[in-house]
Amino acid sequence: MGPRAGRALLAGLLLTVSVVLQVSVLSRLPLPGATPDLLVVVVASWALKRGSTEGAIIGFAGGLLLDLAPPADGPMGLTALVLAVCGYLAGLVADEADRSAFAPLVITVLVSLLSVTLWAGLAALVGDPRVSWSALAGQWFAQALYTAVMTPFVLPLVHRLLGRLEPVTTRW
Amino acid sequence: MRDSRRARIVLAVLLLLSLAFVVLDARGSADGLRGTASNVFGPLERAATSVTRPIGDFFSAIGGIGSNAERADQLQARNDELETRLRELESDAARVEQLDELLGLAGKARYRIVPAQVIAVGPTQGFAFTVTLDVGREDNVRADQTVINGQGLVGRVVSVGRRTSTVLLAIDPSSSVGARLATTRQIGLIDGRGDADLELQLLNPRAQLEPGDALVTFGSRGSPFVPGVPIGTVTSVRGTPGSLSRVARVAPYVDFNALDLVGVVLGRPADDPRDSLIPPSPTPSPTASPAPSPTSPAEASPGSTQAPASPGPTATGG
Repeated sequence: MGPRAGRALLAGLLLTVSVVLQVSVLSRLPLPGATPDLLVVVVASWALKRGSTEGAIIGFAGGLLLDLAPPADGPMGLTALVLAVCGYLAGLVADEADRSAFAPLVITVLVSLLSVTLWAGLAALVGDPRVSWSALAGQWFAQALYTAVMTPFVLPLVHRLLGRLEPVTTRW
Repeated sequence: MRDSRRARIVLAVLLLLSLAFVVLDARGSADGLRGTASNVFGPLERAATSVTRPIGDFFSAIGGIGSNAERADQLQARNDELETRLRELESDAARVEQLDELLGLAGKARYRIVPAQVIAVGPTQGFAFTVTLDVGREDNVRADQTVINGQGLVGRVVSVGRRTSTVLLAIDPSSSVGARLATTRQIGLIDGRGDADLELQLLNPRAQLEPGDALVTFGSRGSPFVPGVPIGTVTSVRGTPGSLSRVARVAPYVDFNALDLVGVVLGRPADDPRDSLIPPSPTPSPTASPAPSPTSPAEASPGSTQAPASPGPTATGG
């Protein structure tokens, strides 16, 4: 249970830091279109290394934290749901990701776009009045851009942290 | 190791959990959880903010550069606008003060006046001795009317157009004004010299004359001047009592360099204001109280129709 506990601890720390950074720092930057979604990048990175199961769990946990942490305004649980799905899907293609250098980046960007779309769709279902097609379209472009910028920094970091915890190190 | 079936089961469980949370939140039961989370995350967020705020502000400043520059321009334009208005208001305030003084003076003596503005100054080197006013025949201005301002005598009208008129100032060398000493009622003549001061020549060479004595217009019938308009004060006396001439320099009350708002006196007042219009002087000099009794200001020879100068309270209280 050693490595698993270690991973759980790492997950908790990583998610807490990401949520705090996202809410206190990233949201404050006057960037147009969308807020850079650090959490989805962390979740996708984790899933790409550790697979769908862990990806889904990490996504759920991170989403729930984001829903709970102030300023929590959306319906609680939505982000958890969306990120769980995203983590699962990212984990599904984890095998293909190992093949090329660009694949993780592309996958992460696509997953982030999916997260935005899913979120908007579910929010509309629940009745949140702020969702609209035009807003969503603007978010797609911005989200893709910011995710593409963040991934080259975040993904290697997550992978390295995970790698430290693995009992067997694979040499590249 | 990617166990797809296990992953699917896990995902399904998590989705159900999420939906459970949504329902819970919709029913309002999740607020306690939120409260706990805010207790945990609040301090973390505050710490993160305090550390990163300078960076955020920096980016905000950059992002706001365009709008800041625009706002700065707007503020600058508004500032210029307000400064112009302030200057206008200040000059309006100065005008109002002049008008006040003018009307005060005219009101005391019950002159009927037409207020006018000096719109041009006659061209001469040094002092200009004529000015143009913006009132004329249409405003009932006629030649040989007295022109005053809040401080005293300015001059007389010499020519009148339809809407303008020309005034010969008292300091013009060709200007000659019948005058009276306020205190002793001695009669004399005040001439302009073409410079800042006027020259007084008393009719009675033996009359007492001292620096500080105030002079008003004599205003005899037929003279262009109305009686009682303050002219100036004696500054220095030449010649001694008994000599053939008693000449004195007079400093006018009016600042001929700063003429702006003036009044043209349309009609002679019913009563001679005597010395009631003279501004209170720093050195206490007894002035006669204005008697509303009609005194004929015509052929008054010194000593005949004059009441002895009785020291009484100054009547300039208005």
